[in-house]
Amino acid sequence: MSDTDLLELEIENPVAPYLRQERLPHIWCPGCGIGTTVNCFARALTESGMNLDKVAIVSGIGCTGRVAGYLNLDSFHTTHGRAIPFATGLKLGNPDLKVVVYSGDGDLSAIGGNHLVHAARRNMDLMVVCVNNFTYGMTGGQVAPTTPIGATQTTMPYGNFENPFSLPFLADACGAVYVARWTVYHVKQLAKAMLEGLRKKGFVFIEALAPCPTLYSRRNRLGDGVDQLKYYKERSKIVNGADTKDVGLTFQGDIIVGKFVDRDRPTWLDAMNEHYSQHFGEKYVPYGVSHGQE
Amino acid sequence: MTLRGGRDGPPGDTEETLHADPKGVLTGIHFIDGDHAACEGALAAGCRFVAGYPITPSTEVVERFAARIPLVGGVFIQMEDEIASSIAILGGAWAGKKVMTVTSGPGLSLMMEHVGLAVITETPCVIVDVQRGGPSTGLPTLPAQADMMQAKWGSHGDYEIIALSPNSPQECFDLIVKAFNLAETYRVPVFFMMDEVVGHMTERVVIPAPEAIEIVERKWTQKKPGEYRVFQADDDMVPEMVKAGDGYRIHVTGLTHDDRGYPAMNPQAQDKLVTRLVNKIRANRDKLVDVREDGVEGADVVVVSFGITSRVAAAAVEAARHKGVKVGHLRLVITWPFPAKRIKELAGRAKAFVVPELNMGQMVLEVERAVAGKAAVISVPHAGGTVHEPETILTRIMEAAQ
Repeated sequence: MSDTDLLELEIENPVAPYLRQERLPHIWCPGCGIGTTVNCFARALTESGMNLDKVAIVSGIGCTGRVAGYLNLDSFHTTHGRAIPFATGLKLGNPDLKVVVYSGDGDLSAIGGNHLVHAARRNMDLMVVCVNNFTYGMTGGQVAPTTPIGATQTTMPYGNFENPFSLPFLADACGAVYVARWTVYHVKQLAKAMLEGLRKKGFVFIEALAPCPTLYSRRNRLGDGVDQLKYYKERSKIVNGADTKDVGLTFQGDIIVGKFVDRDRPTWLDAMNEHYSQHFGEKYVPYGVSHGQE
Repeated sequence: MTLRGGRDGPPGDTEETLHADPKGVLTGIHFIDGDHAACEGALAAGCRFVAGYPITPSTEVVERFAARIPLVGGVFIQMEDEIASSIAILGGAWAGKKVMTVTSGPGLSLMMEHVGLAVITETPCVIVDVQRGGPSTGLPTLPAQADMMQAKWGSHGDYEIIALSPNSPQECFDLIVKAFNLAETYRVPVFFMMDEVVGHMTERVVIPAPEAIEIVERKWTQKKPGEYRVFQADDDMVPEMVKAGDGYRIHVTGLTHDDRGYPAMNPQAQDKLVTRLVNKIRANRDKLVDVREDGVEGADVVVVSFGITSRVAAAAVEAARHKGVKVGHLRLVITWPFPAKRIKELAGRAKAFVVPELNMGQMVLEVERAVAGKAAVISVPHAGGTVHEPETILTRIMEAAQ
């Protein structure tokens, strides 16, 4: 079917209403996986039936950090690594909001690593989508805390010798109530995880593995975006409920994907309200619950 | 208290004077220190979200806030560091709250990137800095006034901020209310430049009745989502604000942006934005100036001081007068923007300016700039750790009067 036929049929891309159309085209390279995750996120928003006026998205800096700017939501593009503490303030300032943090692996786990671990520890009611492409794309392909040992990056020109983070293990250990990993090959599962994340109360961490053909793949002679999708397809193993100790990644090795953690514990705000209600009795007016949530 | 009352709202918005929410106001006569008074002032001003990180000598401010806020209705969170605190409050502000963070030198250094973010996103917030001796860890428990230039210039890029310098616990209360009102009016970070002595000295503090405390709210837009542009400024150069969740679907970025809030990576957008951000303060310099003058008209020597040093300087000025010197005292209550125009006027008449401060000579540079060679400018530096001896300042006044 040609483009003309599609126009005549007036078929609109179902994701279009979620995007700030006037900002397109986006900055991402051909073959980049970030756009695919955005598509999944838009589908999750549709499925959720949430009032989108009450969904806010916060990004840090980097290629994935630009996601906030393309989504037709209240959107905040903050400083490098600090999306989570900004989102914490936004959520605590107005608990009626569903606050989503959408950023990259370098942003969230290197410069922002301290905020990630503490927000998970507190069970701050945030959904964090971490697009992990194993590199710093925006600055030209430097080593990240997620770069597998052996992969070459501009600041590891002879191959990376640093041990990487396994992000699901980190998020789990710090107390996240929902932890999942999918690749951009697994679009249905990723969209479903995002939907579950939107509906989950507490700190949600979703890692989305995505190709960076321009910098990560090219420097490591891994082909283009499609080649990486083939790799995801061939080497991914779905193990829902896998122990996050066992989901570490190696250079072009097997990828354990799935929903690893789904548990419940009180959010920071619920714990605060519960605690102060006990301490102060009826004098205490629970904060942020008068308007209800969702 | 001289506050900018009322609202510069859009057409149809009536000029009304707002008063403090009684829930946050502990009306009465208290005997408390400056840190506690600053907290009470923030609560009276309507601050309902504070994110902070412990650091001497500022911690009492957040300790009191943490104790008081549950029954006032709001949130305190101790974040994992000052970087987090300084951006969590910006999130809180875009959720609609009046917000504050509190720190001292080392923490202030960590906050600098978010001073810039607050400036470029025009996010109202108050940053309290209870100054201690530096550089680095320096003198955690002892006073200094050595962060004055950092408050003005510490973040990268060009911008303007507002800073106030209280000299007593009473002023910690009164002026922090003003700090919040200015932050709301101009949508800039406002620095509240205390010091260890002002923070820890205990004095009588009178907290007025709520109806005697004037409060300013940021200009909330009355436009509908379709017609509203998040960074479209009015004639006063300050855009109207909305909060997340109101249905406006705003985009807010630390990148240079157009009035829709969208990134605009070109010199024209940069010129338009940065010029407005700077001019919304510069154009209002005369309105913002707050100096307290004592006998400066006709004085041969004018002492320029701020914060705790102004109280020591006052003693030196009195002593000099007893010795027959015509000496005036000009105290900076608002330190930034600097009252250059007023100093310039006086420079034609006074023959010397004496500038004591608990640093190696920071605000004296501004005095020199304003005086522009028309009078002598004498710096009375002090590395911090204690306040000046009044005799030290007196000696310099006497030298200046020669």
